[in-house]
Amino acid sequence: MDILIRGGRVIDPAQGLDRSMDVWIADGKITALGPDLQVLPHYTADTLRILEVQGCVVTPGLLDMHVHLREPGFEHKETIATGLAAAAAGGFTAVAAMANTKPVNDTPAVTEWVLRRAAMVHGTRLFPVGAVSIGLEGKELAEIGGMHKAGIVALSDDGRPVMDPRLMRRAMEYGGMLELPILSHCEDHELTAQGVMHEGVVSTALGLVGVPAVAENVMVYRDIQLAALTGARLHIQHVSTAEAVDLVRRAKAQGLSVTAEACPHHFTLTHEAVRGYDTHTKVNPPLRTAEDVEAIIRGLQDGTIDVIASDHAPHHASEKDQDYTAAPAGMIGLETSVGLALRLYHEGYLALPDVIAKYTVNPARILGVPHGTLRVGSQADVTIIDPEHSHEVEATTLRSRSKNSPFLGWRLRGAAVATIVGGDVIFERL
Amino acid sequence: MSAIDFRGCDLLGIEDLTAEEIQYILDAVPPFKEISEREIKKVPTLRGKTVINLFFEPSTRTRTSFEIAGKRLSADVINISVATSSVSKGETLRDTAENLQAMQADVLVVRHSAAGVPHLLARYLPSPVINAGDGAHEHPTQALLDLYTLQEKLGTLAGHTVLIVGDIAASRVARSNMLAMRKLGMQVCVCGPRTMLPVGIEQMGVECTSDFDAAIQGADAVMMLRIQRERHGEVLFPSLPEYSERYCLTAERLRRAKSGVLVMHPGPMNRGVEIAPEVADGLESVILTQVTNGVAVRMALLYLLLGGS
Repeated sequence: MDILIRGGRVIDPAQGLDRSMDVWIADGKITALGPDLQVLPHYTADTLRILEVQGCVVTPGLLDMHVHLREPGFEHKETIATGLAAAAAGGFTAVAAMANTKPVNDTPAVTEWVLRRAAMVHGTRLFPVGAVSIGLEGKELAEIGGMHKAGIVALSDDGRPVMDPRLMRRAMEYGGMLELPILSHCEDHELTAQGVMHEGVVSTALGLVGVPAVAENVMVYRDIQLAALTGARLHIQHVSTAEAVDLVRRAKAQGLSVTAEACPHHFTLTHEAVRGYDTHTKVNPPLRTAEDVEAIIRGLQDGTIDVIASDHAPHHASEKDQDYTAAPAGMIGLETSVGLALRLYHEGYLALPDVIAKYTVNPARILGVPHGTLRVGSQADVTIIDPEHSHEVEATTLRSRSKNSPFLGWRLRGAAVATIVGGDVIFERL
Repeated sequence: MSAIDFRGCDLLGIEDLTAEEIQYILDAVPPFKEISEREIKKVPTLRGKTVINLFFEPSTRTRTSFEIAGKRLSADVINISVATSSVSKGETLRDTAENLQAMQADVLVVRHSAAGVPHLLARYLPSPVINAGDGAHEHPTQALLDLYTLQEKLGTLAGHTVLIVGDIAASRVARSNMLAMRKLGMQVCVCGPRTMLPVGIEQMGVECTSDFDAAIQGADAVMMLRIQRERHGEVLFPSLPEYSERYCLTAERLRRAKSGVLVMHPGPMNRGVEIAPEVADGLESVILTQVTNGVAVRMALLYLLLGGS
């Protein structure tokens, strides 16, 4: 069945497009794009579905390049099926899944298994990310070439930093040879030590051990230096400090192949949210200061930060229902990402095309995947967003198996109302 | 005066109390102190009430103090020490607390090595929770007994200066005292090696220094703290002798202070490390008065939370 998306505002930053037009989908591809597409009389309700989307924004399918789907190994937190369902509900037609599962995705066998599981879902696409090091232990390179053949799109030990700079250098050289970007979780874990939140006046008041901002900054600097040395494509994950934004800005000015992402929680909340010890606010890197939030927003505005990614990190309620120090770090984010990012639009910080670019063409280019555009002939992955859709974040309506969000009870303005993958509507609330 | 009523309330930290509420508690203490001075140190005030001391961390002074306070008011006091080994049996904090609740405890006195645990328990329990020390966060009853002792000795609190010396970063006593003293109009100076002064502490309205010899001159009271090596996973100073040379309250250092200065310590003391034995036992020391007052302050609190107004 064909789909005609009619009357929306089409925003496709990959083509520099932003105007009212219709989108035609046939055989899983975008087949026509233009104002007032005509419906020939031979079409019936059985052969053509017409989506009337006046007031909505029609964009290339959104890509969240930083999620944890927990399968294999931690199915009580999330499975590939529940994670991809959450992704679809959040408006995502593709996600990049991190390697810190059990077993770790450090071999072609695990990569293939993950891809097979994802294919069974018939929903949001999954791009696997392979580990830099065996078991994420930071000692020996994982089977990078084999995983590359099996289908990984990037390398990352995310969840843990690659502490050994020599190993990181080799990973950049070897990964660079295969044109795999390195997604770096920048954290000097000697400086983090036992830290559980941002080090500052709030950690001191709460008696919690702090993580200094420099734990991130020194590693961002190190990795930029190594990228300059090796020529590798470096992507800094979940930037949380003002200084890290600045380091990326300077690296870009030098012409280095460095990109960066920010997570919605890092441009929405500050360390003040930790008062009261709500473990849903525990995340790594931690929520920082108001100045850091401002710097991240400026980085999003001037293009220093290319991508908005959720770092969707599900944890079971019983794991979060512990004291702050004992609870694991991480929060879910797939289903609140768009609503939180659109706050930046509603508050006048970012234009809609800028928001959309950070979910589409930018992450697609970084990962080198055929995604993120509505160009005629490309796969029909489309997201329809109602920027005014007002809704409350409720545990009962979240599709993720875990509900660990600090945004429960928040009222958000703007959400995906339909998600289309390969010409199939996999989620809708039209 | 506005009606202050603590019945059924939690006492999780000094942070949650107003200056008026702190003063109200302090003003309630004297009759309870008097009970402890009687020959028969027991009144029937809390007969039929059950106080549970739930201690996840070793404690002698605080646990005993709460136990005696409860017993002098005729409450039934049960002590539960949860060793780390039984936590590893897998029961969650919430289940432990809810089980005790199911046995109809009237108040839970909690100590834990992790900050925020009393707050976690208070979310699940309808009966009052008293924080008897949570990690490096707060120890509100210690601050109240310290304030009571200072008020007793100095006459007034506002305008006086307290110098807190030692392992500020790891100290819940320092945090609760800083908050309480600032609320009641006292000046507070915290002093220790830079490695033991937590980031952002000066934003809590206190002065901050590493120069003990200079800071001691303006103090009306000096509160010495123990080095809490169990809370740091690292060494924050080169050696104990070097630490003592700079931060031990010796008789010689004490001579730099105003006459009539009070010497305090929340215990346990490491004699010869942060405090010289002759100072701990000297005329200026009110360390044992603090312990005596601790019982009276906790009696007053149990009374205010469980019974009276």
